[in-house]
Amino acid sequence: MDISSREVLETIRMVETENLDIRTITLGISLRECAGPSLEQTCTRIYDKITRAACRLIEVADSIERDYGIPIINKRISVTPISLVAEPSEARDLTPLAQVMDRAAEAVGVNFIGGFSAMVQKGFTPADRALINSIPDALASTERVCSSVNVATTREGINMDAVRLMGVIIKKTAEATAAQNAIGCAKLVVFANIPEDNPFMAGALHGIGQGDLTVNVGVSGPGVVLRAISGLGNAGFAEMIEAIKRTAFKITRVGELVARAAAERLGADMGIVDLSLAPTPAVGDSVADIIEAMGVDRCGAPGTTAALAILNDAVKKGGCMATTYVGGLSGAFIPVSEDAGMVEAVESGALTIEKLEAMTSVCSVGIDMVAVPGDTPETTIAGIIADEIAIGVVNNKTTAVRLIPVPGKSAGDLVEFGGLLGGAPIMPVSAFGCSRFVTRVGRIPAPLQGVRN
Amino acid sequence: MTCSKFDISMIADDSSRLQSKGDRAIVTVLGIDQIGIVAKVASVLADCGVNILDISQTLFDEFFAMNMLVSLSKCKVEVSLLKSKLDEVAEEMGLRILLQREDVFRFMHRV
Repeated sequence: MDISSREVLETIRMVETENLDIRTITLGISLRECAGPSLEQTCTRIYDKITRAACRLIEVADSIERDYGIPIINKRISVTPISLVAEPSEARDLTPLAQVMDRAAEAVGVNFIGGFSAMVQKGFTPADRALINSIPDALASTERVCSSVNVATTREGINMDAVRLMGVIIKKTAEATAAQNAIGCAKLVVFANIPEDNPFMAGALHGIGQGDLTVNVGVSGPGVVLRAISGLGNAGFAEMIEAIKRTAFKITRVGELVARAAAERLGADMGIVDLSLAPTPAVGDSVADIIEAMGVDRCGAPGTTAALAILNDAVKKGGCMATTYVGGLSGAFIPVSEDAGMVEAVESGALTIEKLEAMTSVCSVGIDMVAVPGDTPETTIAGIIADEIAIGVVNNKTTAVRLIPVPGKSAGDLVEFGGLLGGAPIMPVSAFGCSRFVTRVGRIPAPLQGVRN
Repeated sequence: MTCSKFDISMIADDSSRLQSKGDRAIVTVLGIDQIGIVAKVASVLADCGVNILDISQTLFDEFFAMNMLVSLSKCKVEVSLLKSKLDEVAEEMGLRILLQREDVFRFMHRV
C-alpha cells in the first residue's frame, strides 16, 4: 500500500481530535439574468435561479462527506451583489429581495446566503443607496441573509460618505435586531478590497467577473496547526514555521480535493480554495491558542502581531503549494466571539480593539465579531471603520469591520449569539470621538500604492 | 508461456496517479486487539463483493490498528449499506471502523 498506516491514522486523528473539517462549500450563483423591470419579477427570477442551481448542493456535500470521511460543516450560497440585480426595478425598499433570498436558501437547505451587497468604493447609484438603506429591515426580517458593503479599494480610494453612512446603518441594524442581541450586525460586514470569490460568511458574494456557477471552498484547521506547534516545545523559528507550512499543505489539500469533487458533482466551475484558518468556538479550534502556543502569554500581549504575521505567512506558503487556485480571504481569521481563546484574552484584559486593529494589518480580515457598547456613537463606529479600511487600502489587502453595538449593554457585559457565531464580552471603545473628521463629505483619494500602472 | 519483461515504468505511472478512479477505498479498523477482527471484517467485505488489495496492521500494546486498501469496483451494495454493515461489526466487537475513499489520503500526504 503506498499510503502508510501512520499517514492514514494521522488523517483520522486530524478529523476526530483536532477539528479538521471543510468549513464551507459555497456555491456562487450569478443572478445577473434575474434583473427585471419590477421588483416582483426580479424576486420570482431570483427564487427560481437559486433553487434550480442549488437544489443538489446539500445532497452533493453529504455524499462527499460520506465518501471521504471529512466533515463539511456549512453549505452556503453567494450571489451577485443584489444592488446590481435591483437596478432596473427602481424600487427604493429592497427588503423583498432579501426575503426572497432567505426563502430560496431555506428551500435548498443552506444556513447562510451572502450577497445582499453593494460596491460603493467610488460612489452610489440609486440602487446602491436603496440597498444600503434597506439593510436594517432586510437583516431584521430574514434569518439566513448576509450583507456586505465595499466602501474602498486600493485603486479607487475610500468613499467616506459610505463609511459615515455605514456607521448609521450598523446602529440601525442593531436596534432593529435588539431583541436578539443585535444579531443583524453579525451578518453585516463593511469591506475594503472585498474579494469577489470569498466563500466565508458574512462577506461572501459572487462578484461580477465570475462565471454562472462556481464552487468555492473554505478550509479550517486551527486545531491541527495548534497540535503541530505544541509538539515542538521551544524549537527555533525555522522549525516552527516548517511545521505550520506542512500542516497548512495537508489541510488545504483536503480543500482542493473537496472543491474538485463538489464542482464536478454539481456541474459547476471549480473556483478557489480559501486558505483561511477559520476558528470556531470549540475548545482547541482557536487562532488565539496558536499564538499562545508560540510563546505569547496571552493573545494581545506584546509579540502577538509578530506571531500572527508568522502564522499567516506560513499558512499561505504551505497552502499555495496545495491548491492551484488560491482565492477568497486566505489568511488567519481573528473574529473575537467565534474564537474561545480570543474571548478569554478579552476577558483577561490582554486584548483590546486597538490591538486587534494592529493585528489586522498582518492577517485577514479585520475587526471581526467585536461586540461594543450599545451607546457607541455612530460617528465613532464610522471612525473605527475608517481606520480599519485605511489599513486595507494602504497595504493593498482586504480588511473589514463587523462591529456589533448591542443595545442596552455596556463594556464587560456578556452577549451570546449562538452556534458558530459564539458569544463575547462587550469591549470598551475609546471615549474620545471623531465626529468632526468623519462628517467631512467626499472621498479619500487612492494612495500612491494604488497608482501602479 | 514466457513472463513479460518487468517494466518499472508501470509502477512509476501508478504511484504518480494522484486521483484514483474512485473505486478504491481504505478501511481503517481501530480498537482493542482480539481474535477474529480480520476474519469478521474480511467476511463482510467478501459478502458485499469488495476485493481486498492490501492489508497492513499494527499493534500498539493492546491497541489494534489495521488499514485495508480495497477495491469497490465489483461492490454489490451501496456504499452507505456497506458502511452500516461494517458499523454492525464495529458495534459487536467494540471497534471503530471507517471507510474512506483512498484519494483523501493520497491528496493529503503526497505531492
